[in-house]
Parts: sequence; structure tokens; C-alpha cells
Amino acid sequence: MKLTGAQALIKSLEMEGTEVMFGLPGGAILPVYDPLIESSIRHILVRHEQGAGHMAEGYAHATGRPGVAMVTSGPAATNIVTPLADAYLDSIPLVVITGQVPLSVIGTDAFQECDTIGITMPVTKHNWLVTDPQDIPRIVREAFHVATTGRPGPVLIDFPKDIANQMMDWGWPELVDLPGYKPNLKGHPKQIKDAARLMSEAKRPVIYAGGGILKARAAEALLELAELTGIPVVTTLMARGAFPDRHELCLGMPGMHGNYTAITAIQRSDLLIALGSRFDDRVTGKVDGFAPDAKIIHVDIDPAELGKVRRPDVPIVGDCKNIIERLVKAVVADRAKHDWADISPWMETVRGWQRDFPLQYEQFEDGPLKPQFCIEAIRDHTPTDTIVASGVGQHQMWTSQHWRFDHPYTWVNSGGLGTMGFAIPAAIGAKVGRPDRTVWAIDGDGCFQMTAQELVTASSERIPIKVAILNNAYLGMVRQWQHLFYEERYSEVYLSPDLPDYVKWAEAMGCVAFRVDSPEDVVPTIEKANEIDDRPVVIDFRTDASENVYPMVPVGHSNDDVIVGPPAGEGSR
Amino acid sequence: MEQGTHHILSVLVENKFGVLTRVAGLFARRGYNIFSLAVSPTEDERYSRMTILVDGESAPIEQVTRQLNKLIPVISISELSAADAVERELMLVTIVAGQDARSQATELAAIFEAKILDVGYESMTLMVAGQPEKLDAMTDLLGPFGIVELQRTGRIALPKLSRQSSKLRVVKPGSA
Ligand SMILES: Cc1ncc(C[n+]2csc(CCOP(=O)(O)OP(=O)(O)O)c2C)c(N)n1
Ligand SMILES: [Mg+2]
Repeated sequence: MKLTGAQALIKSLEMEGTEVMFGLPGGAILPVYDPLIESSIRHILVRHEQGAGHMAEGYAHATGRPGVAMVTSGPAATNIVTPLADAYLDSIPLVVITGQVPLSVIGTDAFQECDTIGITMPVTKHNWLVTDPQDIPRIVREAFHVATTGRPGPVLIDFPKDIANQMMDWGWPELVDLPGYKPNLKGHPKQIKDAARLMSEAKRPVIYAGGGILKARAAEALLELAELTGIPVVTTLMARGAFPDRHELCLGMPGMHGNYTAITAIQRSDLLIALGSRFDDRVTGKVDGFAPDAKIIHVDIDPAELGKVRRPDVPIVGDCKNIIERLVKAVVADRAKHDWADISPWMETVRGWQRDFPLQYEQFEDGPLKPQFCIEAIRDHTPTDTIVASGVGQHQMWTSQHWRFDHPYTWVNSGGLGTMGFAIPAAIGAKVGRPDRTVWAIDGDGCFQMTAQELVTASSERIPIKVAILNNAYLGMVRQWQHLFYEERYSEVYLSPDLPDYVKWAEAMGCVAFRVDSPEDVVPTIEKANEIDDRPVVIDFRTDASENVYPMVPVGHSNDDVIVGPPAGEGSR
Repeated sequence: MEQGTHHILSVLVENKFGVLTRVAGLFARRGYNIFSLAVSPTEDERYSRMTILVDGESAPIEQVTRQLNKLIPVISISELSAADAVERELMLVTIVAGQDARSQATELAAIFEAKILDVGYESMTLMVAGQPEKLDAMTDLLGPFGIVELQRTGRIALPKLSRQSSKLRVVKPGSA
């Protein structure tokens, strides 16, 4: 069968099971948009290519399947660099296709030419420039394989316009042959045995669960391991939902804005079982002072993570699901032969911290609206399997702290790159992937202004997401740092509560919109929003600008220096 | 460079365009310093071999190899410590050597088993191959003549055979 390069590309994407792609056409990619008309693939036309990338990420977060985006060359390719970098740091499987000027003029500074391969090399797991239409099926096959196996990540295919128009003989490769790419999934039996022994000997163990649990679809295995051993679990920002918050062994989020118990349990532990986590600086604080007495078991599919920050006592390279399942067996075998330490005194200490240092805020009846109160109200008036996406800033930390994540794949978030503007498009992508679920974006006013135009996409495609803007009229997280570390010298962080008018703006984009100023309107408005299921809804919550995120570990400090709550007098009532 | 402070990575890569950029980019991005680099085809035309001399101070060698391994076109990496490798380098050097200095220069060349490649009225070009330290020594001794131009290839290396079985570390597989 003879196909054009463009037809071969679309057919290859179909062969890989692509159901939906997010994109926006232009000159160099034009030929590929033609056969798309006949394709089974649903295309969602975005308003900005950054939106396409984040939608693909949201889709991948919620479904576990690779997100696919397609854009043209030059400025469109550069517009999608941010989502690529975001997906790279958070290990999200993406396949991005960019148009490119014809091969014959590459290197001549042609119209809308840019070195997409060069620009995206540092932010992709791999990228390919297609130089022969005959290679298209192989490259697409390799691209999906690389994106979704091992440590997942974004890949990019740069597709010159003349390749799209040339003819090729269609054939689908059965196998992927990449001699330099052989992820090791299995782990070493001896190390697994050693890990089991350490887990039995430890008196103050903590499981430090990271995003790798979700990538490996290992949440059930983790639950089994925790329940078998009784070892408590902290879930990092990337792992919220990987272990149910309602579970008595769940200690919640560690790190810069983690809760006191999660942070302190790690600090005092004598064994840290790191599963798919990477000792990120937002978790460790000052590395020298991090969990000083702990031995480390570190399980990760990426060998480069083992020893990158902290040298493990037992390093295990492998897929988290596989390894945890075998750890469960190894622990059972170990405990059939040996005694194990009693960790009940440790658990009592931990319970004491939980009792003494809960997360706290206070909503006064007639006082300003507290952001945490809004988040908890949404949480309590939506199904427990609601998917929640957030932007980056204070609202993100409050959402991670105050939401109750009881199911995996319900938290869609930009962790590693911290990309403002992530929430709206990511929520759209998540809703496209999981139309059966309620999807909320909990966004900041600053973030909202970066990608809000994708609500036009949502309206026109009838993707009924719900958006809560926690409108504190500030770049709140930056304001918080200026408050704490720059003597309240506020420099360029004020945004205004009503410029833009978020309600009018949302309505202009085809959404239903509400404004909430006072605590008593919060729940009724959420209930109104819940009734709308044919278009996006936006609620502009006017929240207290002086509220800061606590606990907080100041940058450069050890986690021992965690500040639990605001000093007396901070914030308003 | 002092003997022993460097690591030699012998990296087998796919022979495709852009692979050198990927490798060099990785070093730059992660702040690792490359002392020298030699790239050449291998007996199998699908692959090339890069011999990379890494500064052991700037780069934790284990991280370097593990990060390199993540590059898809990298097939395998052998890490050779200086003591376990035979290393050679080639140098071309043009020195000032008019009539009166020519015989002295020729004598020196003979001691170092250098070859005289070209002779002009006022200068001559020598070629010498050997261990990098030998090239350093010869450069020092040629200094007084006046060095017009000098080029070195960067070292290439293979494991010492007698120790190959115990000391040669093949770092693949285990990419992610
Ligand atoms: C694209 C981008 N630019 C700048 C920043 C730095 N930054 C981090 S949080 C933040 C403020 C976010 O403001 P807003 O969305 O209103 O959230 P809030 O903190 O007020 O809840 C800024 C500017 C960033 N993370 N991303
Ligand atoms: Mg704000």
C-alpha cells in the first residue's frame, strides 16, 4: 500500500491506539491535518500550543496513556517547550509532533524554521527528525515505546513538510529494536532480600512514596506492603493519591510545605524506604540535615536516581510494582525465619505528632474568606474520585494539603517545573481522558491569567470542567516569600482582585461564572456549579490575601527547622 | 593533567547524526568537564566509539555514566581507570627551526621517535605519537625553539589486556 508521509503518520498514530490529540495547525504541519479529517482520532483545537502540551499531560496523568499533541514549526514548536520541560521533570509520557520546514531548506533560516531538535533535546527523553518517509512507522513506534516504558517521559518527532508529501510503502514494524535502550525492570533478588531484612530490623521506619508509584501503577502493591508491615507512608507532591489519605498509616505530604508529622517522621526515622521518589530538594531541605539517622532503601527504575542525592544502603533498580510485590513476598519469607522489631512505640510517637500538630486555619463567620475553607468545601461536595488539577503557588500547596486524596490518578499537578498556567489546560486534558469523572481545577488568579483562553477550547468542545479561582489578588507565593524573607517589601506581586473581571471574562469564553465573597455563599455556589454539566463553570473566590502557607521549611534550612504555623498576629480575621 | 585524576570513558554509540551533540550537551547541562574527546568509526559501521576523558573532580563518574546511559543512541560504556588502560595520543607541531637549529631539532625528534613531516626555510613540522605524558615532555623541550602551532588529537584508549577480565566495567544495560 502506498501512502503519503502525512497519511503514514496519522495511520501510525492510530496503530498506537491514539484516541485523541491536542493541537493547532500551521504552514509546516498543514499536509498532516488533511488526512486527519478521515481519521478516527479526535482532535481538540487549542488556543495556544502551550495549552495543547498541558492538555496532553493532563490526559496522561488521568489515564496513564501517553498524551499526544501536534503543532506546526517555529513559534508553535517553541510554544510547546514549556509543557515538554514540565513533562520531562515529572516523567509524564507525551508524544509531541512538530511540523518542520522542508528538509531541502533546513538550515537556511527559512520562514518559521527553528532548530526544534536542538531546542528540545534537553527536555525530551529522546527526539527524532524524520528524514525519509519510509521511516515514519518505525519512528512513531519507537517514540511511543520510549515515552511509555522505563522512566516515562516526553518525546518529540520533528516532521518536515516535504516528508509529509512524499510517498512511502506502508508497513508496520512488529518489534522495536533500540539496542541502546533496555530498561531494567526486575531488580536484584539479593537486594530485595536485604531490603526485607532492613524493614524487619528497623524500629522507626517510614515509606517515602513518590510519583514512581503512580507511573508503575503500584498503588495496590504499596497498600499491601504498608499493611503487611504496618510501616507509615508519606506521599510526596507527585504521589498524592498513591496511598489513600484516609488510611491510618498515611501521614500525608512531606517537604517544604508538608505537614509536621510527615516531615518529622522522616527526620527521626532509622529507615527510609524510598519508592519511586527522587530526594528532590523541595522534600529534603538541606541535604546534609535530611533524615540523619536513616538507612536508605531506594527503589527506582532510573539507575541514575540511585545515589544522585543520597547514597542508598540498598539500591534497587526496577519497576516499582514488580519490586514492591516481590518485597511483600520477601518480607513474608523473612518474618517466617526471623524476628522483627516492634514499631508500636514509634507509631505512638507519630500519633502524638499528628495530635499535637494538625494542619490548621480558621474561618471566621464574618471574616475574610479563607482559601483552605473553599478547598475543603469543594472537597466535601464532590465525589471522592473527583480529579483535581492545580496551578502553582499557594493555592497548589493548600490543595495538596487540604484535599483528601483517596484514589490514585486524582491529582494532576506540575511538581518538578512548577509551571504557572498548568491547571486549566491540564484539567481539560484530564476531563477528555476521564469524561466519567468530575474534574476541578483549583487555580490561582495569577496562574489563571496565563492560560485561561483554553476555556474557549473547553466551551467549544463541550468539556465541562469546573474552575475555582482562589483570587487573592496577588502572586501569593511570591508575596509570601517577600513577607517572610524580604521584610514585607512587596515588589511587583499585586494583581488586583477585579482587573480583570473574572466573571465577565469567563462568561465571554462561554462558561457559567459566579463570584463568592463571603463564607456562607461558598457551599451554595459549589452546589450550583455541580449542577452544570454541559459547559465549563468558573467560580471567582475572593480570598484573604494575607493568608500564608504553613507549615514551611525555609529554603536552605534543615527540615528540623520547620515553622508550624504563623506567628501571632499574622493574617487577618 | 596529572596521572590518575581523570577517568576514561569508552562509549559505543550509534553512528547517526546528532549523537555527538546529545553526548556533549549532556556534559554541558550537568556541569561536567570534558578534557578531551576523540570520535572514530568502529569495525562495525553502525557504531562509532567516543573516547571521553572526564575530569574526575567536576564529575561524579558514576552519575556521568548513568546519565550517559540514558541517552538512547548510547549502546554501552566501558569505564577505564588510567592505570588499567593503554592510552595514546597524536601530536602535530610546527616549530621555529631555521638552518642553525634544524639539526638540533632533528636530534630531539629522533629521541622522541617523532617524524619530520614538513620542512620550510624557517620552520619544520613534527609528528609524534605516544602516551600523553610523552607529548607533554616533548612540548616542553620544543619550547625553546619557539612553537608556531600545535595540535593534539586527544587520547584514545583501550583496556590493558592482562587486566581486562577483572577491571573492565561494562556499564550497560540499565537505561531508563
Ligand atoms: C511560569 C511561571 N512564572 C513564574 C513563576 C514563579 N511563581 C511561583 S508561584 C507564583 C505566584 C502564583 O500566583 P497565583 O497563581 O495567584 O497563586 P497564589 O500563590 O496566589 O495562590 C509565581 C509568580 C512560576 N512558578 N511559573
Ligand atoms: Mg494569587
